[in-house]
Amino acid sequence: MAVYIVRRLIAAVILLLIVTAATFVIFFLVPRLAGATPDDLASRYVGKSAGPDQIHEAAVRLGFTDPIVVQYGRFVGGLVFGRDYSTGPISVHCDAPCVGYSFITQNPVLPDLLDRLPVTLSLAVGAAVLWLVGGVATGVLSALRRGSVFDRTAMGVALAGVSLPIFFTGLLSLSVFSYALGITAPGGSYTPFEDNPFVWAYDLLLPWITLAFLYAAGYARLTRAGMLDTMGEDYIRTARAKGLPERTVVVKHGLRSALTPILTIFGLDLGLLLGGAILTESTYSLPGIGKYAVDAIVNNDLPKILGVVLLGSIFIIVANLIVDLLYAVIDPRVRLS
Amino acid sequence: MSSRRRVAVVALGAVSALVLAACGGGSASSSSGSSAAANGISNPSDVTGGTIRMANSGDWDSLDPADTYYAYSWNFARLYGRSLVMFKSAPGADGATLVPDLAESLGVPTDNAKTWTYKLRTGVKFEDGTPVTSKDVKYAVERSLDKDTFPNGPTYFNDAFDLQGYTSPYKDTSPDKLGLKAIETPDDQTIVFHLKSPFSGFDYFAQLPATMPVPVAKDTGTKYKEHVVSTGPYMFKTNELGKSFTLVRNPNWDQATDPNRKPLPDGYDVALNVNADDIDNRLQSGDLDVAVEGTGVGPSAQGKILADASLKKNTDEATVARLWYANINSDVAPLDNVHCRMAVEYAADKTGYQRSYGGATGGEIASNLLPPVIPGSEKFDDYATPNNAGDVAKAKDQLAQCGQPGGFSTSISYRAERPKEKATAESLQQSLAKAGINLTIKPYPSGDYFKLYAGKPDFAKANGLGIMITGWGADWPDGYGFLAQIVDSRVIRAAGNTNLGVKDPEVDAMIDKALQTTDTAAREKIWVDIDKKVMTDAYILPGIWAKGLLYRPPNLTNAFISDGFQMYDYLALGTTRK
Repeated sequence: MAVYIVRRLIAAVILLLIVTAATFVIFFLVPRLAGATPDDLASRYVGKSAGPDQIHEAAVRLGFTDPIVVQYGRFVGGLVFGRDYSTGPISVHCDAPCVGYSFITQNPVLPDLLDRLPVTLSLAVGAAVLWLVGGVATGVLSALRRGSVFDRTAMGVALAGVSLPIFFTGLLSLSVFSYALGITAPGGSYTPFEDNPFVWAYDLLLPWITLAFLYAAGYARLTRAGMLDTMGEDYIRTARAKGLPERTVVVKHGLRSALTPILTIFGLDLGLLLGGAILTESTYSLPGIGKYAVDAIVNNDLPKILGVVLLGSIFIIVANLIVDLLYAVIDPRVRLS
Repeated sequence: MSSRRRVAVVALGAVSALVLAACGGGSASSSSGSSAAANGISNPSDVTGGTIRMANSGDWDSLDPADTYYAYSWNFARLYGRSLVMFKSAPGADGATLVPDLAESLGVPTDNAKTWTYKLRTGVKFEDGTPVTSKDVKYAVERSLDKDTFPNGPTYFNDAFDLQGYTSPYKDTSPDKLGLKAIETPDDQTIVFHLKSPFSGFDYFAQLPATMPVPVAKDTGTKYKEHVVSTGPYMFKTNELGKSFTLVRNPNWDQATDPNRKPLPDGYDVALNVNADDIDNRLQSGDLDVAVEGTGVGPSAQGKILADASLKKNTDEATVARLWYANINSDVAPLDNVHCRMAVEYAADKTGYQRSYGGATGGEIASNLLPPVIPGSEKFDDYATPNNAGDVAKAKDQLAQCGQPGGFSTSISYRAERPKEKATAESLQQSLAKAGINLTIKPYPSGDYFKLYAGKPDFAKANGLGIMITGWGADWPDGYGFLAQIVDSRVIRAAGNTNLGVKDPEVDAMIDKALQTTDTAAREKIWVDIDKKVMTDAYILPGIWAKGLLYRPPNLTNAFISDGFQMYDYLALGTTRK
């Protein structure tokens, strides 16, 4: 198991390097191949009133005139050793791992990301608990009561949940629950957990429900399908024939088997969300990684985008590693080697 | 004065070309808002206390006075900084007048308006209690010249002074970092600016946030925006970049030194990067006091507000010093012939232009360049058509005089991400086709519109962009602030232009004359004459003068719109919410 984990971690580091290289190529090499000059790239960082000379000076200062390999080498060097940036009278050191330095906000990217991580973490984990519990429970009940009113209603609602985008359900729920009824927090509300856990939960309740509604729908349908398959298996009939209580048959034999694909999807979904719940955070104006990414994209702030991509990749890789480890727990047939 | 020097003066701020086009949204509005605050003061009150909650749908470009170039930011900066001169905190046209702030009086021009002297008020202090001196003002202006460190701010001072190679106080070898020769500080209360060429409107430069004093010992370059040292009635308590910041009262601000401000609230909470629709919803629900950008509510909120009398009574209609228009490119044949350009003027259906911006709610149909909010401006219409819907007969008559009786074909460009400009292009395509002028629509990315496409004369000519849709707002409500960047041919560079094709030596000469005219009324008359000359030659097809529908929750007191910023005056606001 330990060897397996070490091997996966080494693979993860290589994968991250590939991801950063690919991102670098997309943002810095592809535009050049498409005809953009280093000055064109630098023009994003020199304000609206810069002349050609000033833009060129910025291109040299920001290193855009160097070969792309040298630029990538500097980036990787920054990850390992950190880098220094001039801010005028003083020089700012971007500590290792320096994932980038925004030339627009004049700040290292990593502290920004870490500052925003608790918001995204709070949102993603809270919503994940809701959609996992709600989605799986609904899926199991629907499967067990196949064709019933509950099944049809639940699947109908699930279909709506999958179909309705966050920016619609989010704005609608804000309008109704926060502004018309005044029972939930208005958009932009976030209180750190350590300040007040109750206010933290109150502020995030609506984003959690909105986000969970979207995901729970898919999980309910997936669980229902899995359970229907599993409950028709021979070993379920055997379990019932042995006289096991129905609860044990459903939970221990049926659900456990149906959970494997759910867990796979859950790992990916949670990893992606931790890399930034872009629509939810934008709709609710939550200052998390996703909102940070959107703002960076709007401002063409490439170092920030690169930082978010890197962080998102880390989360997805780690989430998948955990899922793979959990397979062994859920399914005794799986052996990690 | 050599012509080269005159060019330099006229080119003041030339490199700010893109800014104004990007500085606001020119939001839609209604002609049926209550406009209580637009015409006077809404909820007048002297009651102090409470906190005003503001939100910005984007990030602040910078809180550093040297590095900011948005009207709302200049409006807001007066809360924590004092420039030499400022726009008076007053409703309407009175709010567009300049009054001394850190200075005792407006600038005193000498040497044919090439030298401007200001005396500072005594007793003004930084938030730490240190007295403000003229050296702090000089240092502030010096650092604003460093466009490597502060790229966002305007470049008026860079162009106004004979810098003699001076680039930045951070590269200044003099011990006090005050090596710029163009500014003198003979004593702690006096500051003297020496310009390259006469400029009658220097007081407008003196109202720029760049003249807000900065203590050299506290300057941290690009990091200074994280804690600007206050000289105004409020100072920063917290500042989380990209998220929010808060202001609290500055204990070292003294009302006795400041006749312009009556700070009512105890503080300000400003949230950044907030969803724009959510801002509108929160304003209506009372969870927010001010949408700080001041461009008005969005289309969805507008529909709801205007349909509800209880909400509509809390709205104000702000006329903005912004023109949405189309350049008619004389570089592209047959538009090099004035009659072909006039044919475009006559054929255009202005009501379609207005509909593209939300109908009457989007703004007033423009017949010339200078927006009505600019002091001294005059409305005139050289190309009047019935109901502003276009006149095909007159257009065809002009086409005949142009030698194109059957019409002609050309291209029209717009910024791809702007649906209103797309609608404008389509509307013009339809209305001009009736006269036989066929347009091919060509969208280009907003971010590079001026640098690579419409603002690059070679590209525009090579690609036959005969008509280029754009917009322009003034840095300040004055003829120079509005016109210079869009009609002076000498500001046209290889790329990055906002003058997309007005090239008339007579116009250039008239601008020079205006810059040397110190009599305000006479100067304003020249700006109107320039407007008339450009319209006579049909270089520009004016679309609409923008308006914004602003919403103020009932708890907001002392709300009024000043012509200085064309939004609520942030110095005056108060709140009843404690």
